[in-house]
Amino acid sequence: MRYDVDAIRADFPIFETGIVYLDSANTSQRPRQVLEAMDEYYTKFNSNIHRGAYRFSEIATEHYESTRAKAKRFLNARSTREIVYTRGTTEGINLVAYGWGRKHLTAGDLIVLTILEHHSNIVPWQILAAEKGARLEWVDIDEQGRLRQDQFAALLEQSPKLVSFGQISNAMGTINPYAEMTAAAKAAGAMVLIDGAQGAPHAGIDVQAVGCDFYAFSGHKMLGPTGAGILYGRREVLEEMDPFLAGGDMIRTVRKEGTIYAEVPTKFEAGTMPIAQVIGLGAAFDYLEGLGMSSVRAHELEMTEYALEALSEVPDLTVYGPPASERGGVVSFDVKGIHAHDLATILDRHQVAIRAGHHCAQPLMDRLDVSATARASFYVYTKREEIDVMIEGIRDAQRIFA
Amino acid sequence: MAVQGGRPSGGSAEHGRTGGTPPSEQDEQFYREYILDHYKNPRNFGRLEAPTLSHEEDNPLCGDVVGIDLKVSDGQIEDVRFHGRGCAISQASASLLTERIKGQSLDDARKISKEDVFEDLGIAISPARVKCALLSLKVLKVGAWGLGDWSGEEEE
Ligand SMILES: Cc1ncc(COP(=O)(O)O)c(C=O)c1O
Repeated sequence: MRYDVDAIRADFPIFETGIVYLDSANTSQRPRQVLEAMDEYYTKFNSNIHRGAYRFSEIATEHYESTRAKAKRFLNARSTREIVYTRGTTEGINLVAYGWGRKHLTAGDLIVLTILEHHSNIVPWQILAAEKGARLEWVDIDEQGRLRQDQFAALLEQSPKLVSFGQISNAMGTINPYAEMTAAAKAAGAMVLIDGAQGAPHAGIDVQAVGCDFYAFSGHKMLGPTGAGILYGRREVLEEMDPFLAGGDMIRTVRKEGTIYAEVPTKFEAGTMPIAQVIGLGAAFDYLEGLGMSSVRAHELEMTEYALEALSEVPDLTVYGPPASERGGVVSFDVKGIHAHDLATILDRHQVAIRAGHHCAQPLMDRLDVSATARASFYVYTKREEIDVMIEGIRDAQRIFA
Repeated sequence: MAVQGGRPSGGSAEHGRTGGTPPSEQDEQFYREYILDHYKNPRNFGRLEAPTLSHEEDNPLCGDVVGIDLKVSDGQIEDVRFHGRGCAISQASASLLTERIKGQSLDDARKISKEDVFEDLGIAISPARVKCALLSLKVLKVGAWGLGDWSGEEEE
């Protein structure tokens, strides 16, 4: 079946505004189906879940829990018990740092990160390392923005307790060899967390085949609403972890003398959860499944190739990162003499939304010796014409700054 | 780093403001001639030999950096230089500020407000760019006068 981008765009009401939205790595747009699923909850059976012995609550609970089964299928997890609802990637990683890291790390232990990481896969580990006296080491990149596997292998020889890295870099677009890296890290006896914030929306993953212990991602980057995300954890690992947030719902019994926690994953889902958002995320999984992740990836690759080609024809423009075949739908670049913020402001005049800044990856910006880059990112609804409009805007900026 | 747009290394205080006084009515042109001129040919750019006061700040969100050196005697700002890198708004704003304060008394310079800076820029500054526009004023206030609690850019 042909990939019909116009038909897809018709599902996204926001495009009626005329926006050329090239910032999906930041947050994606949401199709009508996702909005309607949330609307349906609010207007037809709004109620709290797991708590009411009445019909509405049962319907809400059923819808809410069905997202877990969809996530399980999306990830090819073994059980819905391995699917923890979170607010997003950041919360997922913090949950692991707190619930697993605080229990298992001791002074001198090594945590391996990479220079490509988003701040949310850095700061929780810095806090943990400071608390436990653990060490952090960073895998560097080569000139094309690829992780240096020789250096990674050398770090694995130091028997790290944990290796945590992104499946796809949000700042450079690099698709890391995550399956190979996970296999090597597991062979070295490390726990492995993959930050799937960019990987889940654009490539998906088979967690059983890859063999990672944790996989964290956000719904809002994959057509879902803000406020709902998923942490996958291997069941055995989740079961012996400490809870993160404590309170209602995550317990089995509470007595004055003490509390018995609920089973996983409920143990990690304290308080009233973002019910509508989790239901919306379920609709997002459906939507992506309908498209097929391989088609999503193929479309993005096409857009990325087109953009790299078009950008290569613009003078005084530097693109960071690897060739299209090794990157997700992300292109970071710098235009000589024009600060990324100025470029973004001028593009905004052309109705083009791109990201300008450090992309929450300051260690990477330091490594590249830049203070900011401009970044265009693509998704299921991106059209070539939109990339053309961006290119026109860049040329306009060059005229203004000439 | 390719974000500086041909920055001369020394000061060039002799320029007047080539763009003239900004017209009062807002036009659509965000990057006006004189803003770009201040960006590409910054006035009072560089460092002073032995500044009386010197301070630098950055805007971590976008990596803009501005530092200001002042030579003050008898309460008068005799000379000023700024250095830094970043977007056109932050650098033009710094250049304009140095023109404003050069030869002024410290007392007068103390009274410079956010509104004065916006007026000098003469363009509508979107909320996302306010921090860029006010970075140099922050350097002046926080550094030179030790107003560590100045939080002008947060105010409404
Ligand atoms: C690679 C990566 N990790 C983590 C995050 C954080 O995601 P969230 O803000 O949804 O928690 C992002 C999003 O910006 C990201 O791109």
